[in-house]
Amino acid sequence: MDNLGTDNNPLLVAIVGSGPSGFYAAEALIKSDVKIKVDVIERLPSPYGLVRSGVAPDHQKLKQAINLYKKIADTPDFNLIANVTVGEDISVAELRKTHHAVIFTCGAETDRKLGISGEELKGSHTATEFVGWYNGHPDYRELEFDLSHDIAVIIGQGNVAADVSRILSKTVDELRHTDIAQHALDVLAESKLKEIHVIGRRGPAQAKFTPKELREFGELSDCNPIVQEQDLVLNDESKKELEEKSNITNKKIYDLFANFSKRELDSNKSKKCFFSFLLGPKEITGNISIEKLILEKNELSGEAFKQSAKGINETIEMDAGILFRSIGYRGVPISDVPFHEGWGTIPNEKGRVTDTDGVIVEQLYTGGWIKRGPSGIIGTNRACSVETVRCLLEDLDKLNIETKKSGAEGIYSILNNKNIRHISFDDWTKIDTEEVKHGEPKGKPREKYTYVNEMLSVIN
Amino acid sequence: MTTIVTDNCKNCRFTDCVSVCPVACFHYDDEMLYIDPEVCIDCSACIPECPVQAIYEDDDIPEDQEHWIEINAEKAAALPVIEEQMEPLPGAEERKTELGF
Repeated sequence: MDNLGTDNNPLLVAIVGSGPSGFYAAEALIKSDVKIKVDVIERLPSPYGLVRSGVAPDHQKLKQAINLYKKIADTPDFNLIANVTVGEDISVAELRKTHHAVIFTCGAETDRKLGISGEELKGSHTATEFVGWYNGHPDYRELEFDLSHDIAVIIGQGNVAADVSRILSKTVDELRHTDIAQHALDVLAESKLKEIHVIGRRGPAQAKFTPKELREFGELSDCNPIVQEQDLVLNDESKKELEEKSNITNKKIYDLFANFSKRELDSNKSKKCFFSFLLGPKEITGNISIEKLILEKNELSGEAFKQSAKGINETIEMDAGILFRSIGYRGVPISDVPFHEGWGTIPNEKGRVTDTDGVIVEQLYTGGWIKRGPSGIIGTNRACSVETVRCLLEDLDKLNIETKKSGAEGIYSILNNKNIRHISFDDWTKIDTEEVKHGEPKGKPREKYTYVNEMLSVIN
Repeated sequence: MTTIVTDNCKNCRFTDCVSVCPVACFHYDDEMLYIDPEVCIDCSACIPECPVQAIYEDDDIPEDQEHWIEINAEKAAALPVIEEQMEPLPGAEERKTELGF
């Protein structure tokens, strides 16, 4: 048999998950000088992962990353097998037989819990659920969010917390011409929220927003961003952090908070979005639905850039009609793939999957959030997947085996035997075209299909 | 809204930014990098990567650097794309120190 990675014996790689890290892994493989065939397996009928269902609808420019993914999908060595769940419809053991290597780029699909009492009360949600819901993700289509209260609380001060609080702070007119799901727009139109509170456990010098996102709160048409001046007082270590020249991002964020604190309240605006700091959730109270949130005041300890928040046994109480937690994400384990329970990731060395003792598991690789945890933005995944593919290509000799692999044909025959419907990139393009068409009369870039069945019926 | 490479990149060209660009919008010549505003999606991933803080968003750019907005657009249109990180230019480390980083 010809050497692996040549025309007559291409390297067959299955990629699990078609979000950014999956596409960047495919891109790096296809651009390498090794002859490759890539099969990307996606759970939903629609590709693009969080670019489609995570990136906020009012950030359409970010979604243009899809233009690049379309180009990758157009290359002859790329193949999409969508509407197929690895671990259910096809096993990892089967993929190891059909392909030389498998890369897991399936993201971090669940939220970390606060671990406090009352967390399960009605009205206490994860940011993921809300984001999936307003972005039309089929998994979250049937959820209900009651916005008939005065006050919403968001726990966490990262990018997702910023998205959730901004969507809640905006008017329907500010969202109408985005690709926000219609069912979400209808509920947001009836929102009675007057106050949105964004709560961080550390201080204003440690918030994890990007300056660009925070700046948007200063430009909302019907909402005042509010920061209390006394909250901006810093301890010495935090001052040191902001003086450090390389820490320009946090300096910019702090300056934006300072700017918000000095602003005069625009009384024409009906909503207020408060940013509060050094508060840790202790308890959520209420009968069936949440009513109040008990927060413990925190102080920072430790040296600059390593400061952690610790409670000082002093609590405050605030009313909360609806609550969203956005304090980090965890991957979901896949059967037959090692999983680190503590981190919620697949254990790995630079993308080579290892067992929990650190021993490398041949053929298996990982990239993106499920590899390194939920940090960074779209582009961070490119560097991450490139590193993984570099390792995979270094292992070419180890992946070389005598028996021929069946690749995509092998997957199709397994799926067909089980009567599992799989759809191609061309099929997806039909769904895509219909979505865009349905958006046009409303002045939206697209109106998404929010049920899997609806998507599939477009192809019939 | 656009994102711009400015003065500090000149004679450094560290290219750390390139490896996190989700859309390959950086272009290069012998001196520095430029961002193609037509391709950039303003995700700001590159901004914290630059060891000499050469990259800005246009609503945040210092006044004395504003001329770079036009230069980036013009140069990027005419120069080749850089998709992978390269070695910094010779003398980049010295220049970085000189710039106070």
